[in-house]
Amino acid sequence: MPAPAADRTKVRGETILSVDHLVKHFPITQGVLLRKQVGAVRAVDGVSFELRRGETLGVVGESGCGKSTLARLLMRLETPTAGRATLHGRDLFRASGAELRRLRRNMQMVMQDPYTSLNPRMTVGDIVGEPFEIHPDAAPRGSRAGRVQELLEVVGLNPEHINRYPHQFSGGQRQRIGIARALALRPEIIVCDEPVSALDVSIQAQVINLLEQLQDEFGLSYVFIAHDLSVVRHISDRVAVMYLGKIVEIGTEDEIYERATHPYTQALLSAVPVPDPEVRDQRNIIRLTGDVPSPADPPSGCRFRTRCWKAQEICATQEPHAVLRAADPHPSACHFAEVAPRLS
Amino acid sequence: MATAHLLEVDDLHIEFRTRDGVAKVINGVSYHLDPGETLAVLGESGSGKSVTAQAIMGILDMPPAVVTAGEIRYQGRNLLARPEEERRQVRGREIAMIFQDALSALNPVFPVGWQIGETLRQREGLSRSAARNRAVELMDLVRIPAARERVGDYPHQFSGGMRQRVMIAMALAMNPKVLIADEPTTALDVTVQAQIMDLLADLRRDLDMAMILITHDLGVVAGVADRIAVMYAGRIVEHADVRSLYRAPAHPYTKGLLESIPRLDVRGQELATIRGLPPNLMRIPSGCPFHPRCPYAQQVCVDVVPHDLALDDGRTSACHFAQEVRDASARR
Repeated sequence: MPAPAADRTKVRGETILSVDHLVKHFPITQGVLLRKQVGAVRAVDGVSFELRRGETLGVVGESGCGKSTLARLLMRLETPTAGRATLHGRDLFRASGAELRRLRRNMQMVMQDPYTSLNPRMTVGDIVGEPFEIHPDAAPRGSRAGRVQELLEVVGLNPEHINRYPHQFSGGQRQRIGIARALALRPEIIVCDEPVSALDVSIQAQVINLLEQLQDEFGLSYVFIAHDLSVVRHISDRVAVMYLGKIVEIGTEDEIYERATHPYTQALLSAVPVPDPEVRDQRNIIRLTGDVPSPADPPSGCRFRTRCWKAQEICATQEPHAVLRAADPHPSACHFAEVAPRLS
Repeated sequence: MATAHLLEVDDLHIEFRTRDGVAKVINGVSYHLDPGETLAVLGESGSGKSVTAQAIMGILDMPPAVVTAGEIRYQGRNLLARPEEERRQVRGREIAMIFQDALSALNPVFPVGWQIGETLRQREGLSRSAARNRAVELMDLVRIPAARERVGDYPHQFSGGMRQRVMIAMALAMNPKVLIADEPTTALDVTVQAQIMDLLADLRRDLDMAMILITHDLGVVAGVADRIAVMYAGRIVEHADVRSLYRAPAHPYTKGLLESIPRLDVRGQELATIRGLPPNLMRIPSGCPFHPRCPYAQQVCVDVVPHDLALDDGRTSACHFAQEVRDASARR
């Protein structure tokens, strides 16, 4: 397949996607006939980041932090309450008609659950070839079967299985089908929402390697959403940590995993189970108490303050902004940001 | 082996007879548990780790499941040969179990206190108010804040971590000697997962229970387990203490599994993988079931089923080349 593979290096390219203060509130309504809004679940509450060509941005956070809503917003499966996102300078949320179709072609998605994200009544050939129905100019009718077989081969499936149905494949193979479908239109960006969390460990590694190999081959950019911090470290160039709808810290993989300055990131990293008994013995584990507060009623000021051991008066009254602080030059939304003693 | 163990699974064979054919789910599993000990059973989906636990509890659907051979002995008695009434006495009072998904394991239409107290009313004949008081004590024990105020709340009013605590409280109601936890933290976030594992470890120590922890994630159990049994295709392929298993796995499957986990402390390049797929349990490969995926496989692996090979410090590995694999994988 023709792709700009040769000139790609790990050096970051230009910014292709730029997300600016994205907000998504889901209304909570009461009443049957006269529905009135009584509140809002603030799923995504002011998220900004940039994605450069050929890079992987990892997004980590616990359930309810808004990471999947963020993915759905980027794919325009949800309409944002406020904020903008531009792809090559064009506004994703203002586009319509032919322009929207062109933009969508550039961004594709791989979903979490390989069992429900493939239509059980369609053959693999129809599933992977369906994008060509919507974008007929991407592959002329006569060459489609050939293109689909090529795609199956690229993701490591047997091209002869084009007439099989999803239930005839294992979980890992099904995830490969989902990846082939995402690749069909040769997008620049693939949004992966928990792409390996439903897979067994030995299969998970195969799919991660495939994603990395495809990135090198086609110069793809990934937004890689996951709750598994080890997987995210493995695959990401930069990492954003989300808590209750906000990015609390964002930086290079090294800045986040070796020099995290936000207490939540530090606690999250220290809670990751590590199998190596020797490493475990040396680890300084921070145990957070309590649960994540409801996104319908987040705490005032800093949203993490109710579980934070550093919380002071100021944390309840003033919301910390993600700005560069002296501790380490990457944005961290904490009044008391500082690098912790080595975590591992 | 002497029958001094508290719980002993001995050469258990279970198959599922379905319309499509016979799936050999458990093919000669043996393990034992002593009082106060924690055994982790590690395996991927379909390895048979949960089915073995369900057979111990006597909650396996039969049919389609059929126990074709083997014994499960609790304090020397073979549970599989006992009538249902006697098994019921063992269940809950001697051996209790908690499940992965607390939301679907709890009844949504009854308050949690009522559910925790149900066993006590039914089996111990406690009055409603006495059962309720005991439920509050149990909720305190599993560190649910404001237990007395929350005893009348319904499962949906609790967070995932708190629901898991409710289920643990239910399992502890009759003071069991053995607690089986089937993927107790898989559905939880990492920060909550750490809280629940701490709680289980503390409870095991304070109440002097023995525990079987079923998991697919070695990291989760590494800090709590005394021993680990690794399962593949319905067999235990390796059995060792946590440190030796991690430092020098002696079965190619364990080795491959450990190498394919991305590590938090290193940014790796390409992950090592285990090639191929786990076997279809209706057509388990001849000889060693792992041979089609194994980098060490020789002709003998295709022809001969490997038996447990005893290594030093009480470890076993069901591999013809156990010594070589262990020496090759020694990390330090």
